[in-house]
Amino acid sequence: MSTGAVAIPGHANLLKRHQLQQLSLFALVALVCVVALLSIAIGPVNIPLADVLRTLAGVAGLPAGEVAPQHQAVILSIRLPRTLLGLLVGAGLAVAGAAMQGLFRNPLADPSLIGVSAGGALAAVSVIVLGGTGLAMVTDALGSFALPLAAFAGGLVTTLVVYRLASSDGRTSVTTLLLAGIAINALCGAGTGLLTYLADDQQLRTLTFWSMGSLSGATWPAVGSLAALMTPPLLALPLLARTLNALLLGEAEAGHLGIAVQRMQPIIVALAALAVGAAVAVSGIIGFVGLVVPHLLRLAQGPDHRFLLPGSALLGGALLLLADLLARTLVTPAELPIGILTALLGGPFFLALLLRWRRTAL
Amino acid sequence: MSLSPAALGAALLALVAVAGAEGLVANPPQRIISVDGALTEIVYALDAADRLVGVDTTSLYPPAAEELPKVGYKRALSAEGLLSLSPDVLLATDDAGPPEVLKQIVLAGVPVPMIPDQPTVAGLHEKIAAVADVLDRAGAAVELSAAVDAALGEARAATANASRKPRVLFLLHVGSGNDLAAGRDTAADTLIRLAGGENVLHDAFQSYKPLSAEAALAAAPEVILVTERNLKGLGGEDALLARPDLAATPAGQARRLVSMDGPLLLAFGPRLGEAVATLARHLGTIQGGAPRASEQASTEERRDAAARDAGRTGSPPANAVTTD
Repeated sequence: MSTGAVAIPGHANLLKRHQLQQLSLFALVALVCVVALLSIAIGPVNIPLADVLRTLAGVAGLPAGEVAPQHQAVILSIRLPRTLLGLLVGAGLAVAGAAMQGLFRNPLADPSLIGVSAGGALAAVSVIVLGGTGLAMVTDALGSFALPLAAFAGGLVTTLVVYRLASSDGRTSVTTLLLAGIAINALCGAGTGLLTYLADDQQLRTLTFWSMGSLSGATWPAVGSLAALMTPPLLALPLLARTLNALLLGEAEAGHLGIAVQRMQPIIVALAALAVGAAVAVSGIIGFVGLVVPHLLRLAQGPDHRFLLPGSALLGGALLLLADLLARTLVTPAELPIGILTALLGGPFFLALLLRWRRTAL
Repeated sequence: MSLSPAALGAALLALVAVAGAEGLVANPPQRIISVDGALTEIVYALDAADRLVGVDTTSLYPPAAEELPKVGYKRALSAEGLLSLSPDVLLATDDAGPPEVLKQIVLAGVPVPMIPDQPTVAGLHEKIAAVADVLDRAGAAVELSAAVDAALGEARAATANASRKPRVLFLLHVGSGNDLAAGRDTAADTLIRLAGGENVLHDAFQSYKPLSAEAALAAAPEVILVTERNLKGLGGEDALLARPDLAATPAGQARRLVSMDGPLLLAFGPRLGEAVATLARHLGTIQGGAPRASEQASTEERRDAAARDAGRTGSPPANAVTTD
């Protein structure tokens, strides 16, 4: 399976494409700014735009006028952290997705394939269901941090296990990695199923809402921890664009191009797992962003990772913020789980992609 | 990762709880959101419904409550959605959430007195007192608690002479997959006991759990109890009683199925006495209730016979069509 033949364009074409990519990145930055502003300005509480701008000016240290304290509280303690959390989660999921698809040369690859989401989910479900009994010592010690920490650790541990299974004599087989991922996913799924069976009705409700994802846990400490965890993958993965470009040609070819394939693979997997694990920890399981966003960009601008990785981060953040805006405002004063909206958007796209892939493969 | 903001939130919550207890909550609050069915019923019973500006999806009674803005399910609340109703106070039981959202509500200056939710008579009195405290309606609360006790006492006296305790199985339909059965520490368990019955799963487990077919058979219930809405989800009376796990039980053999109004059966609110009396009448534990129960069984039998007749008369034309 490959992302399709890379055309070898003429020099002039290459230059033009490069300029186009630069232009697209600027457009994406502008899109993120607009969507972020919308996300801060729109919500169930009706706040005049002037109040929004004054509050933001106050945050930036500029002279700000008088703002109703309740409006200020809504913007500063609810909408602003939520917007930042949405940007970080969306960017992290999309960059991790783009990197995984490049590494596995597989358009259907997703970080969940190597067990990050399943492992995170199993750990989180364990905390929810066994929090009062079997794991009481852990949950009592960690308090409200138990769930995100467990989800994060669970994701990393499963990724590590999958990676060890796929490595022998210092070499990693991508095929084995994918197959081991499927097996570990099944095992984690069984564990999650067993715990779901043991759960009582209240825990079931919590599980359901957690597994559909939500940004409603957006507090400043959550944003702070997420930013700390997301910074390495968001900065480092785009720097590995040349490696991923070379890997598109095949592992052996990349090796001939001077890329230390066996050394780079675990780094890319670890960075992607870090991003997805952190995202799952704060927002539950939000599907399809990591899959759909890189594909949208690849369809528009080709598979060059120098553009694809930063572009995915920007578009991923913007898309998740838009989905969250809908989740918050469609059924006010209640709220929809965001996973429903991303899956509604992503499901049909994924099917179309499958059909297209089947046609080109035959 | 710093712990201090969480500690700050917890401290604020504690402060608010104290403020609630001391009656420092915006006195008395004029805009109330209730995110629990029983608490909503109590607000109505305390004659303060005009101050309700929003309720959750578990607030199904009285019907007027369904006209109010719905803030979603009590465990999946939205901070800004709640704030958009400009509440003075959020009435919640201790299972409301998510916790981050409640913290944000408190930070935005809306007190959230957490009211313990225990499916016991003492727990109900506690809830009534706590709501009355927030609403500043102590007098009405004493009256309401007395009325609840009076209704319960009446039901207890009426069921005191029942010759035996019917063995009841309560089933909760939660969508696809296994149905959940009520163990101990549930509203259904307490209600069955108060109505003079016995929950067949009281000793089996706590809370609501899925029940295997063989465990249902082994429990040998004499009566199956469901909510009216669930009965539809479970496929109706005939489909439910024909299920292999229930058909061979004494309840399935005698066709003893009781369906009750869900909010009345499960809310565990101020209508507890009414719920107990209704269930006791269905169970036949109430004095003079036994004939009623057999009368119900006989109507069921008659309905069953009528259905069979309908099936018989219905088949020839069907055959005629196929042979034609």
